[in-house]
Amino acid sequence: MRRWLPHPLIALALAAVWLLLANRFSPGHILLGLVLGVAISRFGARFWLEIPRVHRPLLLLRFIGVVLSDIVVANLAVARRILGSPERLRPVFVRVPLALTSDLAISLLANTICLTPGTVSSRLSPDRAHLLVHALDAADATELAATIKRRYEAPLREIFEP
Amino acid sequence: MMSSVALPVAFALVAAAFALSFWRLLVGPSAPDRILALDTLYINAIALLVLLGIHLSSALYFEAALLIALMGFIGTVAFCKYLLRGDIIE
Amino acid sequence: MLDALLSFLILTGAIFTFIGSLGLVRLRDFYTRLHGPTKATTLGVGSLLIASSLFFSTRGEGVSLHEVLVTLFLFITAPVSAHLLSKAALHLKLHSLAPLPQGERSESSGPNRSTVSQNSERDAQ
Repeated sequence: MRRWLPHPLIALALAAVWLLLANRFSPGHILLGLVLGVAISRFGARFWLEIPRVHRPLLLLRFIGVVLSDIVVANLAVARRILGSPERLRPVFVRVPLALTSDLAISLLANTICLTPGTVSSRLSPDRAHLLVHALDAADATELAATIKRRYEAPLREIFEP
Repeated sequence: MMSSVALPVAFALVAAAFALSFWRLLVGPSAPDRILALDTLYINAIALLVLLGIHLSSALYFEAALLIALMGFIGTVAFCKYLLRGDIIE
Repeated sequence: MLDALLSFLILTGAIFTFIGSLGLVRLRDFYTRLHGPTKATTLGVGSLLIASSLFFSTRGEGVSLHEVLVTLFLFITAPVSAHLLSKAALHLKLHSLAPLPQGERSESSGPNRSTVSQNSERDAQ
């Protein structure tokens, strides 16, 4: 089982992508998608060095929901600031100390920061201890770093590194 | 209402977005600015293709939008990688 | 009803796409400009794609979900390109309205071991 299906989740995701690409959900396409998913995940197995393990699937779903709603809020906030006066913006760089260690968790955190509240992650320090974050408009830099740690880093840490 | 009001207005807005991004592409002033303008242009192109698909009620444009999304991302990454590491090769 | 919903989604999408590009022109340094296209535009194109999915699903030819693929792809790639662009800008030491925190100036650009850039940054100081 392990030998024939090294990454069941990736196989399923590839099958879903195939169905979406074909845009038809007939049994033939489902079968073809599953065959492709299993074959590609098997041939590509040697490229995925770190197999991510999701420890708290429900928390992951909740995290995705929080991020999606935050994306909408962040977009409205950024749109308002673009339409407002550019002179009144207070852009800052913040260093956020990281408690995460795995590659996947850090890159997920960096992507989440880019998508959500008026911030872009700019640079990961070489020792992976800090993430440099640029905020479009922030009154209090330390407060922003604390929000990022509480709202995004803590759930990611529980999901991937318990 | 959709085809008589919403679509023409949407086309006009996306065209204006094209013009604004193109201005930034011409003016610069730095290389990352120009890459960012190209990045925005390809996202605008996806928006335009989706609108065109709805306007002509044809699903054919979807494949083009998907390809632009793929190629645009790869282009942006390649430009950034060049800026980040170009001076090492010299 | 459906017509109103479609119109709303199309107009929202177009307005956000426009605002994203407007930010590209209006804001005053590269790092703030980066916020416009990466955020406003993803939501804009996202809601246009939802409109397209609704439009093609309600025409009696079965559900059309392949727009989800483009949306998903944009939501994964937009932050990556934003991160890379801002990393490139930091590497080129572009002028920023926000001061860099202490200790960031002398570090190399990320974990890709660019020793040459480290040296040139040290020389610049």
